[in-house]
Amino acid sequence: MPPTLMAERAAAPAAGTPILSVRGLKTYFRADDGVVRAVDGVSFDVRAGRTLGIVGESGCGKSITARSILGIVDRPGKIEAGEVWLTPGGGTGAPIDLAKLASDSAEMRAIRGKEIALVFQEPMSSFSHYYTVGNQIMEAIRLHSDATKQQAHARAVELLRLVGVPKPERRVDEYPFQLSGGLRQRVMIAMALACDPHVLIADEPTTALDVTTQAQILDLMRELQAKRALALILITHDMGVIAEMADDVVVMYLGRVVERGPVDAIFHDPKHPYTQALLRSIPSIMATPRTKLATISGSIPHPLNRPTGCPFHPRCPDFKPGVCDKAEPATTVIDDRREVACFLYGGGA
Amino acid sequence: MNVLEVVNLRKYFPIRKGLLRRIAGQVRAVDGVSFHIKKGETLALVGESGCGKTTVSRCILRALPPSEGEIRFAVDGKVVDLAKLPKRALRPYRRHIQMVFQDPFSSLNPRMVIADIIGEPLLINGMRSGEERRKRVKELLDMVQLPAAYMNRFPHAFSGGQRQRVGIARALALHPSLIVADEPVSALDVSVQAQILNLLLDLQDRLGLTYLFVAHDLSVVKHVSDRVAVMYVGRMVEIAGTADIFARPRHPYTEALLSAVPKPDPRLKSERIILERDVADPANPPPGCHFHPRCRYAVERCKVDTPALQEVEPNRWVSCHRAHELMLRGVQ
Ligand SMILES: Nc1ncnc2c1ncn2[C@@H]1O[C@H](COP(=O)(O)OP(=O)(O)OP(=O)(O)O)[C@@H](O)[C@H]1O
Ligand SMILES: Nc1ncnc2c1ncn2[C@@H]1O[C@H](COP(=O)(O)OP(=O)(O)OP(=O)(O)O)[C@@H](O)[C@H]1O
Ligand code: SF4
Ligand code: SF4
Ligand SMILES: [Mg+2]
Ligand SMILES: [Mg+2]
Repeated sequence: MPPTLMAERAAAPAAGTPILSVRGLKTYFRADDGVVRAVDGVSFDVRAGRTLGIVGESGCGKSITARSILGIVDRPGKIEAGEVWLTPGGGTGAPIDLAKLASDSAEMRAIRGKEIALVFQEPMSSFSHYYTVGNQIMEAIRLHSDATKQQAHARAVELLRLVGVPKPERRVDEYPFQLSGGLRQRVMIAMALACDPHVLIADEPTTALDVTTQAQILDLMRELQAKRALALILITHDMGVIAEMADDVVVMYLGRVVERGPVDAIFHDPKHPYTQALLRSIPSIMATPRTKLATISGSIPHPLNRPTGCPFHPRCPDFKPGVCDKAEPATTVIDDRREVACFLYGGGA
Repeated sequence: MNVLEVVNLRKYFPIRKGLLRRIAGQVRAVDGVSFHIKKGETLALVGESGCGKTTVSRCILRALPPSEGEIRFAVDGKVVDLAKLPKRALRPYRRHIQMVFQDPFSSLNPRMVIADIIGEPLLINGMRSGEERRKRVKELLDMVQLPAAYMNRFPHAFSGGQRQRVGIARALALHPSLIVADEPVSALDVSVQAQILNLLLDLQDRLGLTYLFVAHDLSVVKHVSDRVAVMYVGRMVEIAGTADIFARPRHPYTEALLSAVPKPDPRLKSERIILERDVADPANPPPGCHFHPRCRYAVERCKVDTPALQEVEPNRWVSCHRAHELMLRGVQ
């Protein structure tokens, strides 16, 4: 049994210790009507006690990136290239390339839940309707430890208390459909924390929630992160949530990382034309009432109709004909935390 | 001039239990709501999931019969109470209030081409000539900035933003005086959301439209509305001008709601007010002020007395016993 979760992790890795490094990850869906390059060359690092935010609009590949890391991409999706280096035990073990492991291998199963846990985008579809909340958490605990039923039950109650579920002794015997959206998301987080993972991937954990409930959940994640030195990957399309939570940010568009950098740089010195346009087009509660928003022309292309060259070129205000539509810009490294994929900054042109 | 005046509107849904489907209780989805909308303005109706926003909209459209209250609508130089009119008598007024829906994917008939989707209300309201209809459809497509060449396409060939434009064109077909838009941009991608919000602002300027804009996203609301009405568990808690309510909320729930909105700037250290527990259940709301179990300013009186919506300063309505003494925090 891992030690109690209320306490700080005794041998917590120092904040900033690299835990997970993704390099050149490509995950494609090949079908009769074409290839969807859902993830097309994604690189980033995730560190203990830090939050990496992945942001981008619908279909840009955020969820498939998460699923690729855990080896749970649905068919016909397949990792085509790249590496996913995990240093287990919170940065103490020997690094393993998860991209090389078969998704149903014993090694991969030992990593899922115990080293890296995932909070899904749709809480309702990731619960079973037929088992109580407690049974589902207990199952997760017993998968990775030799805890007895009683121990697992006690721990399930403790986990529910930890994530702020009121009257956990009673709630543990309820079914997911009996809970409100906010409580359900707390239970999801409790389940993800059941085996005390070092990396937590939260895929749109608050998108379905109201703002006041979202505030509760974000607060909870921050608190847990501090206590457990969790390396957090937070996936969202909400720039506000990214600004509040992330240390580093990955901006994706059509499967590509267009820009990566520290949160302050992304918001105050964005380099890529897409990041710049996205930031201008988000409505802000700080805006003057009834002001028009800057817009990005056009809409996101269908994944099977991917533009040639730079995927953003049909919508880009800085588009250079004959350059941007001819080749894909390579990633220009600015420093070890900052990179951008655009011909304005090199990109191989 | 007020286009719409809603007075003490209530809508209760029965909760049925058991084999005999006996009424075991009531969901007080809308529980005594009053507000008005002036000609040419946008009133935003905001609040969290389940607070009754959609139910208010559907009552105004008479898609639902109200349980109680008045819905005074100014039309053709007179005022009618839509709440009291029998279904048949409503017909001449329906065309004046149109709806824009949240989901541009399910709200358009997939078996109809765009020209027929937009032309249908014209046909129903007596525009027989196909020639005339096409002319009007062209005009409407132009208004929502879609090429006339799209007329013969089916909705599946359109992106979410384009479908929402079609929905808006259809709503505009009969020159309505009031448009009720229920979460018109919440299903759209950020970059497309901005296009649709701008379009709605443009159309309002050009055509003098009046909007009831239902939304849960306060950042969006700030960009489109002239005034904001905040609901909590079926009741109105505050109504005020947009700049005023954001700068200085007068109701504790409004304050908490504003503080919870993530601000897109990492340099702003937000001091969020974390509300404890969940939103109250409208089938079993707490007595007194519905917000009292979560309110950090609550006093004994709040547990028993229901605060009335009162005009605490000109054009500013608040339902809180302590509205006059509290100094609450807004955003900028
Ligand atoms: N099972 C699948 N078969 C084919 N294509 C898929 C499949 N799952 C995802 N895709 C495609 O992969 C791309 C990336 O999808 P992904 O779910 O990662 O997007 P996302 O960024 O998470 O979007 P959202 O914000 O809508 O959740 C999309 O174009 C999507 O259509
Ligand atoms: N037909 C119905 N029968 C019973 N209860 C209903 C019905 N329609 C709505 N309700 C209940 O009335 C309350 C208000 O619902 P409504 O849809 O108006 O909320 P809303 O503010 O629009 O929420 P959201 O932001 O989630 O759209 C909720 O508790 C809802 O469950
Ligand atoms: S590569 Fe060209 S089209 Fe792409 S973002 Fe840069 S300037 Fe724009
Ligand atoms: S009436 Fe009382 S409980 Fe309700 S908002 Fe005002 S102070 Fe809070
Ligand atoms: Mg996703
Ligand atoms: Mg609604």
